[in-house]
Amino acid sequence: MAWVNAIIQGVLTGGLYALFACGLSLMFGVMKVVNLAHGDLAVVAGYVAIGIITATHIPVLWSVVVVVPVMAVLGYVLQRTLIQSALNRGVLTTLIVTLGVSMVIENGLLQFFTANTRGIGPNLSLVTSSFSLGSQIQIAWLLVVIFAVAVVVLLGLQYFLSGSKYGRLIRATADDQEAVQLAGADYRHVFGIAAALALGTVALGGIAYGMYADLDPTAGTDTILLFAFVAVVIGGLGSLWGTLLGGVVLGVAQQIGAQINFSYEVLAGYIVFLAILVLRPEGLTTRKAQS
Amino acid sequence: MTLAAEPTLLGAEDFRVTRSRRNVTWNGIGVLAVVVVLALFPYIVYSGTTAIMVQAFIVLTMASMWNLLAGYAGLVSVGQQAFVGLGAYFVLILALHGTSPFAALPVAAIACGVAALPMWWLVSRLRSGYFAIATWVLAAAIMLFVQRFQSLGGGTGLPLPGLTGMSPTLLTAYTYWAGLAVTVLALLAIYLLLRGRTGLVLTAIRDDEVAARSSGARVGLARLLVFVVAGVGCGAAGAVLAISQLQVQPSADFSVQWTAEMAFATIIGGLGTIEGPIIGTAVYMVLQQTLASYNAWYLIILGLVAIGVALFARRGLWGLVDARLNLRLFPVGYWLRAPAGNGGRTGQAGEEAVAD
Repeated sequence: MAWVNAIIQGVLTGGLYALFACGLSLMFGVMKVVNLAHGDLAVVAGYVAIGIITATHIPVLWSVVVVVPVMAVLGYVLQRTLIQSALNRGVLTTLIVTLGVSMVIENGLLQFFTANTRGIGPNLSLVTSSFSLGSQIQIAWLLVVIFAVAVVVLLGLQYFLSGSKYGRLIRATADDQEAVQLAGADYRHVFGIAAALALGTVALGGIAYGMYADLDPTAGTDTILLFAFVAVVIGGLGSLWGTLLGGVVLGVAQQIGAQINFSYEVLAGYIVFLAILVLRPEGLTTRKAQS
Repeated sequence: MTLAAEPTLLGAEDFRVTRSRRNVTWNGIGVLAVVVVLALFPYIVYSGTTAIMVQAFIVLTMASMWNLLAGYAGLVSVGQQAFVGLGAYFVLILALHGTSPFAALPVAAIACGVAALPMWWLVSRLRSGYFAIATWVLAAAIMLFVQRFQSLGGGTGLPLPGLTGMSPTLLTAYTYWAGLAVTVLALLAIYLLLRGRTGLVLTAIRDDEVAARSSGARVGLARLLVFVVAGVGCGAAGAVLAISQLQVQPSADFSVQWTAEMAFATIIGGLGTIEGPIIGTAVYMVLQQTLASYNAWYLIILGLVAIGVALFARRGLWGLVDARLNLRLFPVGYWLRAPAGNGGRTGQAGEEAVAD
């Protein structure tokens, strides 16, 4: 029964990881940018949410309505300024610039907000309550809600990318940015839109993580970025539903690892990642060529 | 390089291919003099100064290795802290078995080179950005793995045994010399590697990877060699780190901050030149020493400067010097010298292969 519990918990945490991962996947798929500041931006979103909640006393969940658009705008601005000028200079520069942004954010948070951990709405009934299945399985409502949010976000992205005018433009740009430029659309604006979408999901991921666990300045790189990346690679690059699958596989691997020995939790996830890297390299590269 | 084989209007025999426009003997003597003076430092300066110098040696060694990876082989690794940590832990393991940490240092460095082989096998499947994060994940996994061993101090680490009997003065001097030796050997190894066949292959890869492959250049082998050398170098730096701190601690030794520091020092100094990391390390040390009392500020400023340099001065500070003086302390390229009267930058070929 303990194993069934581990698998259920793992699948549900997978939703959170998919939420981390879809922005990373989107930015790589569209503009070939691996954003090393991805996780730190999620932590920033969480801190902004905490700041807004303490300052205005709005209900915790309402902070989403404010933070997601704010992060989306930040994403657009960041893409049109820093990341675009880095892109013009090559892949190496984008890595250096995003690593620089990551270090600046992480140490800035450390400097101004100390290394203390802080949670979002720790006393909220959504965060604390759970329901039981049988006698041994306790499921937190929060994880169920986060999983549902992840599915809705992925469905929304899927619908947006395949159905809407901007979505088609984004996919066209991902395929051939020069052709898009020739057809009269500014690919830099399209990149900005994609970055805004990505950071919108990053904001959701940061807030969800702040409710699920505690945020601290290093959570962005230690946890969010690496887990997001692992989920993306396991699931297959450039595929949104693959991202959900990757998140679920990572979550289940971690929970099973934790079931064997509490301290194996994170390591087990990485071992599965390395195994996938060994066993399915051709799957990885072919998907990469498509994206 | 068969530069002289192409027939030209001037006649091939009129050109001479040299390594540098100036006489390199003086460069060599200059470098040797600097090393000798540096070796005498423990007799001249206070131990506080040598301690800072050791830190500079560690950063310079790591930055030079990162420069070799990113600047010459196009491998942007964000996981070099894996080797820093492994180097420190190999020294600890040997010291726990009774070896002197100083004797353990070269063994630890070589062990890191061996560890680089399976790691390369894992991460070489990925390119550019994904290579970067994959190395990072690998470093995180290795740290978690090392923490599993309670005999190595688990999650908290252990003090380094085997040096308690030594007088503090002697220990500081030995640590300093170890750091200096590691740095000099690292720079020498990189210099020779780039002057040799591998250097040519790397230049060819950087200019056009597909063309290099189709001309028969062993691209994979050259990259593997660079990855292993960088593993040895960063491992040696990690070993010096363990000796200088007399303490091995997983979260500090495996911190991604090391890679950030080596990358930023390289970028600020100038990527793709051997001189760049030296300048970058100097800038890093000045920032770190001036802002030491303001906690995280030096990393914030270092990050901002690195972003600025990456965007606005792509060849770094050394690039600015080089553009004006055409100076090369470590000539690893070629210079095609035109017949008399047709000198200057118009007469070069292949040379810029390294500078750009």
